[in-house]
This record gives sequence, structure tokens and C-alpha cells, in this order.
Amino acid sequence: MDESPLQKTLLSGLISDDLLLQCMHCGMCLPTCPTYNVTKLESSSPRGRIRLVKSVAEGKLEVNDTYLNEISFCLDCQACETACPAGVKYGAIIEAAREEVSRENLEPLKVRAIRRFGLNFIVANQPILKIVARLIYFYQASGLQRFLHDVGMFKMLGGNLGAVDKMSPKFSKRFSSDMMSEIYTPAEPARYRVLLPLGCLMDVAFADINSDTLDVLIQHGCEVIIPRNQGCCGSLHAHNGEQKKGKELALKTMELFKNYDYDFLISNSAGCGAYMKEYGHVFDESENENIDENSMGEVTESQSKEVTGEENFAVKFSSKVKDISEFLYETGFRAENYNYEGRITYHDACHLAHTQKITVAPREIIKSVGGVKYSELNEASWCCGSAGIYNVARYDDALNFLVRKMGNLRATASEVVVMANPGCMGQIQHGTEKYDHKMEVLHLATFLNRAYKKKKI
Amino acid sequence: MTPLILSKIGEIVSKKNLLTDPVHKEAYSYDGTPLLSKLPEAVVFPENKEQIAQIMELANNENFAVVPRGSGTGLSGGSIPVDNSIVLVMTKWDRIIEVDEENLTAWVEPGVITETFQTRVEKMGLFYPPDPGSMKICTIGGNVAENAGGLRGLKYGVTKNYVMGLEAILPSGEFLKTGGKNFKDVAGYNLRDVMIGSEGTLGIFTKILLKLIPKPQKSITMTAYFDTMVDSGKAVSDIIAAHVVPAMMEFLDHTTINCIEDYTKIGLPRNSEAILIIELDGMGAEVDEDATKVVAALKKNRSTYVKVASNEAEALTLKAARRTAFSALARVKPTTILEDATVPRSELPVMIEKVQNAAKMFDVTIGNFGHAGDGNLHPTCLTDERDEKGIQNAHRAFDYIFNEAIKLGGTITGEHGTGLAKKDFLESSVGSVGVDFMQKIKKSLDENNVLNPGKILTMKPKCEGALPKNREQIHDFTHTHNH
Repeated sequence: MDESPLQKTLLSGLISDDLLLQCMHCGMCLPTCPTYNVTKLESSSPRGRIRLVKSVAEGKLEVNDTYLNEISFCLDCQACETACPAGVKYGAIIEAAREEVSRENLEPLKVRAIRRFGLNFIVANQPILKIVARLIYFYQASGLQRFLHDVGMFKMLGGNLGAVDKMSPKFSKRFSSDMMSEIYTPAEPARYRVLLPLGCLMDVAFADINSDTLDVLIQHGCEVIIPRNQGCCGSLHAHNGEQKKGKELALKTMELFKNYDYDFLISNSAGCGAYMKEYGHVFDESENENIDENSMGEVTESQSKEVTGEENFAVKFSSKVKDISEFLYETGFRAENYNYEGRITYHDACHLAHTQKITVAPREIIKSVGGVKYSELNEASWCCGSAGIYNVARYDDALNFLVRKMGNLRATASEVVVMANPGCMGQIQHGTEKYDHKMEVLHLATFLNRAYKKKKI
Repeated sequence: MTPLILSKIGEIVSKKNLLTDPVHKEAYSYDGTPLLSKLPEAVVFPENKEQIAQIMELANNENFAVVPRGSGTGLSGGSIPVDNSIVLVMTKWDRIIEVDEENLTAWVEPGVITETFQTRVEKMGLFYPPDPGSMKICTIGGNVAENAGGLRGLKYGVTKNYVMGLEAILPSGEFLKTGGKNFKDVAGYNLRDVMIGSEGTLGIFTKILLKLIPKPQKSITMTAYFDTMVDSGKAVSDIIAAHVVPAMMEFLDHTTINCIEDYTKIGLPRNSEAILIIELDGMGAEVDEDATKVVAALKKNRSTYVKVASNEAEALTLKAARRTAFSALARVKPTTILEDATVPRSELPVMIEKVQNAAKMFDVTIGNFGHAGDGNLHPTCLTDERDEKGIQNAHRAFDYIFNEAIKLGGTITGEHGTGLAKKDFLESSVGSVGVDFMQKIKKSLDENNVLNPGKILTMKPKCEGALPKNREQIHDFTHTHNH
């Protein structure tokens, strides 16, 4: 077809006609959509949103507040992609729609502030992120945070600020990047050579998980490389309508890691793993598409070619990315080294279950650990409401999903809930405190490292 | 529609239940039917039957159309808005009111999701067999309105076999109760069965009484592979001839097998020309005896491999995979047009060949699957709505398929309904007397043609717009029309 009607329109270049037409509006996505489940409105469903985006793209529907609200109400959990027999790339559609909304400055000021300042300035810049994280750490550790809550400062400021503040992760005293060496070798002959990215927020707010991941990889017989001067992989940006910044950070990440020789790159954060697995696709597409001169940001076209060109480096890069659970399971998890007495359940992170389609590996690993009494969580792959920056941008809605998750968690009567994504951990931890539910929230790596130490005793 | 009428609707259902934002109107402009859509004037969520009655009265007075809607998964356009219409959404009516274990019945509201209801009664050892492909999200109200079928039609029948009673608001706004918990009831005309399958043109259901049966205790599920489609068709005939009635006997062709496998990755045989998925169920040992007979019939008809599901989880996965067939076919081309021509089951092998002919004659890609046991096929045309010629060819292919089905003593639609999509073929299927009978029923119940007008039948009014009502109007009317 020479010219599709969509190409002249608002969303042109962002979403292709084919992507939108793939949806044959059968409705199979509706029962799996958390937001449809809340409102029971077609416009809050994946099928409905695709229709809305399509109509806006075709110029049949004007963008108004209701549209903007539905686009930002979506969690982008991609449960609908798992449910879709036709293989519709809903995530790509909603992310492109968000990009458009952001480019046209149509979103609420609060969201724009998080996006522009929080994501593009702070998170995208590791040295600045570290300074901010240090300040937050002192704020949290000094007792100032508690003091402000006690005197009702946040209530005076209004809004959800107080709740959001309580929900933010406890920042680490020491960052992983400052504590860790560049290379670790196991006691036994190395079975694999793996590269461990420290992440942006993981580095400063979840340093313990990085160190547990390192320990587990060494226990698994891996030689572990931790490159210096790492930054953000671009996942938070790409998944929140900042494709340009996302691609820029992706290029930087590949630039840095290509200096190392390794078998696998191990991710302990579902969103990052998902995006790094998409690199190959992201750069493959941008070669075929008509990229306008701004779309690559500060990265010049020749730089981009250098990384993506020749051997199609991005595709190769992505093929080596493995989630920690996926890697341990596929390379033969050595359950005999682990023991954990207790009732355990598992929560699926959306970017792991729906985007990366990893659901069996983490469960099989947990179940194989001696002493574990495993009980399956009802609606385990139903979004907890964390969803990137969602619980900051739409606190009340996020709480709605959290309540549902907490109810299901309570029903398992487990002592520990394991997951493999820091975003979910922050959210569910907040849930256990808010609803006074005694349950430990552990990352899979932390759970395994504890189980390893328990076995040794 | 004037703001005044909208505000009157708002007064009836309260403002929060009336949506007029263009975004919401867009989101209720379609259902599961390809190629058809239209914007309604408003989307309305009634809360009780009094509100529905008042809306119908208002529609008659103000001359607008009311289009009832469940989850919007229909495939014949039954819930697509028409000119000057409001969409009446029933999804919030989702209570299971009563499960009566002594009478084996259940009262439900029309918005109850089919699968939710099934799960609930199966926990009690009971069984509600109708299982349309969209059962995870479709509503009981929609199932009754379309007289939906499903995979278990051969042994257990379709929705109409499980509806014992109904409560509905008629187009006039009157409240009808028909049927009940009596297994025998011959008082007057069988109005219940007139309402079932009326596609939202004769009434809006407010409560439905369903029949339940004991849940089968044992089942065996198997997949048989074939090198030719005709062999699979003959195997079906032989199984029936051996006096075995499987709970399910599903046919999938090569294209469909591959699309489903792309989505589910459960190990379907990509090289087979056809497969049959067969489920046998019952209370005990007879299931094993049936299985022996079925395997013999399959082998006799050159099935290359028969795989028996080793546990219930495997059987469930297989059946769930089959239910995705229609949507999975959308992987090949952006537009999928699904039909459900149905023939007496002895004619199935012939009909399968006719569908293959149609694909060749009109140069279109057709994926074929369906309920082999009850002769209900789903030839699905894989095309692209931007390609005008392709769409024309698809329509010509379906004209051919419908005509051939009718010649074989079949029907234009087995379970999806007539709606907008198959209206033009209705007369060839039911005859002119049949159409006339239906028009008379519609006319007597819906004088002003306000409830889901234009679906199933085209009512030919003598004039445009609503018929005149009071004396002055009649005077004006005759006056204008005499000149």
C-alpha cells in the first residue's frame, strides 16, 4: 500500500497502521485488565484504548481530558498481551500514545514534572542520582522524615504527598557501585562468565539486592563482572513515553558493556531486563523507520550506526540478557545448596510475567528449595499497582490495586512473599505496613542468599 | 439527539450513569464484529428494571433507538449502535441471585460472565454446559439473546436448552415474566423460546433462570492428526455411526493449527492438514468403552497419530487453546471475517470441500475450524480491510459458502446470530413466509421500531420516522402524505 490514511495524522510515525489494525476487537483482553475490572468501562479496557488511540490517529476523535485520563490510567502491565491470541503489541501502542501526549505537553503538571525532572534529569544521570539519593538517605535516617509525618507536615501540604513519601524506597547507606569490585571469581572453576548491571535506582536504593544477586551468582559458579561507571538502561523512560531519552540511555549502556566479554547479562529488575531484551528490536526498527533528526537526542547518527550497525550488535546484546531466575533455572539450579523453612508465596512482576513471559522458572526454583512450603498466590500476575512511576503519579488508583493484591497475599497465609522486581517490592512493602500485615517481602536473590546461608549453618 | 432528551435520560438513570463524552461513545461504537461500527448518541448504565422501562417509554415518545449490550463480543453486529441510538450496557448487572440445588436451577442477572457462573456451579458439583469461545468475558444475557452455542453443542445442546425462564422489559416498557422452575409447562404459547435468540430486538432481559445438570465425573480428551481434511470429516461420521456422542469434537485446519500454535506453543502438529480434538465424558466406565470405539474409527480413517491428554491440566490447556482459534487467526492478516455456516453433520465432509473451493475460486485465504460434531463450521477469511478488492472477494466467497450450505440443507448461521452481518441472507435461509412471520412478531411488540431496530430484519415503515400517535399528528400525517 502506497499511503495509508494514518500516515498524515497526529500519531504518524509513532504507531504504524498495521500495529493498530492487528486488534480485531474480540474482547479476550477485557477480563485480564485491572483497570477495566475497576471501572467496567470499555474505555478503560485495552480494546477500548486501542480504539481511542486509533481514532485520535485518524483524526476522528479529539484529545480531551477523558482521553488523557484513560491513557494515563492504564498500568501498562501488559496482562492483555499475554491474553491476546492475535498477538497485538498493546504496550507499544500505549507507550507511543503517551509519548505523543508528553510531546504535546498535554499531561497534568505533576506527571510532566516527574517525567521531565525526575526521569530525564535525575535518573538518567547517575552522579546526580547518587547525590539526590544521599540527601534522601540522610532525610530518612536522621529522623526528619518521621518528624515531619509526626507533626503532620504532609497533611498541611495536602494531596498524597505524605503517602507517596512513605511509599518511597528506603535509600541505601552505601551504594553498590561504591562497594563492589569489578570482577569476582568463584571458588570452583567458573561455569559461566556473567555481567551484572547495577541499575540506576537499584544501585542507590536496593544495594542489598545487588549484593545478594552477586552472592547467588557466585554460589552458582559464575565469574561476575561489574563494569564501572554504569548508568540507567533507559527502561523507566521508554516505558513512560520518553522513547528518545530511553534510546539514548540504551546506546550508552551498550557502549559501555561492549568492552566486556561475557556469556550472559543478568538482570535482577524485571523492567530493566524487559527493556534490555527489547534493544535489538528498538534499534532494528529505528533503522528502517524515518527517524527525524531529533529522535536520537545527543547521540549522533554515526555513533548510533557504530553500535547498531555492522554485526547488528543490539540484537546480539539482547540475546544475552537473562533474568536471574531464568538464568538459574536454564543452567541447572543447584537446589541442594539451599534450605529455607517457611511458608512462601510468589508474586509475578508484570514486566517479568507479561513482557518477558517468565513464570515457571522462579516458581520451580522456590519450590525446589528444601524446607519450603509453597502456596500459589491467587491472581499472582495481576498488577500490584507499582507500575513504574504509576504509584507516584496516580497514588489513589495504585492503592486500589494494592488492596486487591494484599487481600490475595493474606489468603495464602505465607510468611514470605518473593518477587523479582524492586518496583513491586516498594509497593507491596508499603502495603504490608499500611495494612499492618506481617509478611516479609523479599527479592528472589535475597531469598536465595538467605536460604544458602541457612543451609551452611 | 437533543440535549433535552439526553437530560431526560439523565433524570431517569441519574447523571453518573449517562455518558456522552465522545471518548466513551467511541468506545461503545463497536463489538466483536469486523468492519462494522457506529457512534451512539449516549452510553447508558441502568440500575434497575424501572429505569429500563422508563427509558423504553421515553424512546417510544421521543423516537430514539435503544441498543442493549453485554460485553460486546458478539460476531453479527447485534450490539452495534444504529442511527440516533443509545447503548444500554448491562455488564454491571452481575449478581448470581440463587443456585437451587433441589430443582437444579439458578437465577442470574444478565451481566454475569459465563465462565464465572460455570466455575461457581462446578464447585458445587453441578454443570452449565454452554461454552462459547468468548466465555471468559461474554455475558449470560448476551448468550441468551444470541442463543449462543459452543464446543459442547453436540452432546449437551446450546444456550436455549438451559434457559427455563426469563424476565424482560418489552419494547413498550411493559414487564414480562415467562417460564419458571417447572420442567413441564405448556400454558399458552412458548414465549420464552421466542425471546431466546431474539438478539435484543424483542426485549431486554433483567433476570434469567438457568437449568443445571450434574457434573460429569470422568472425561478423556484426545487429539487426532490427519493428512487430509476429508479423512477427518469421514472419521467424524464414523464416530457418530458407532453410536458414540462425544462431549466435544472440534475440527481445525492447517492454517488454524499454525496460528494457535504460534500463540499457545502447546505442541500442536504444524505439518498436519487437519486435527480433531475430541472429548468424551460421563459418569464412569462407559467413557473408556467409548474411547476404544473412537480410537478405532480414527485409525480406520488414516489418522496418523492419536494423542490422549495425560491429565486434566493438559486437557484444559488444549481446550483453552481451541477457544483462541478465531482471534489467533488474526496473526496472519489484520482483518478476520468469521462466519458460521452450518450443515447437517452427515454433509460435513462435503461442506469442508466447498469451503476449500471458495478459497480457490475467489482467491482468498480461508482458515477453517469449527464444531465438527454438530456440523457447525467457522470458515474465517483472512484479509485486510484497506484492500478493497480483497474485501469484495471475501464477500463473494461467503455468498458462495452460504448458498452451498443452504443447498445442503444447512443454515447461514449456527450460533452467531443474524444481526446486521447476515440480514441479507436471512430470506434464503428461512423463506419469505418465515421472514414475514418474524416481521409481524417484531411489529406487534415494537410498534415504533425502537428496540435494536435494523437487526435481523429490515422493517419497512410506510413513512420515515416514528408512526404518528395522537389525533393531531394523524391529521398532519395524512395531510402531508396525501399531497
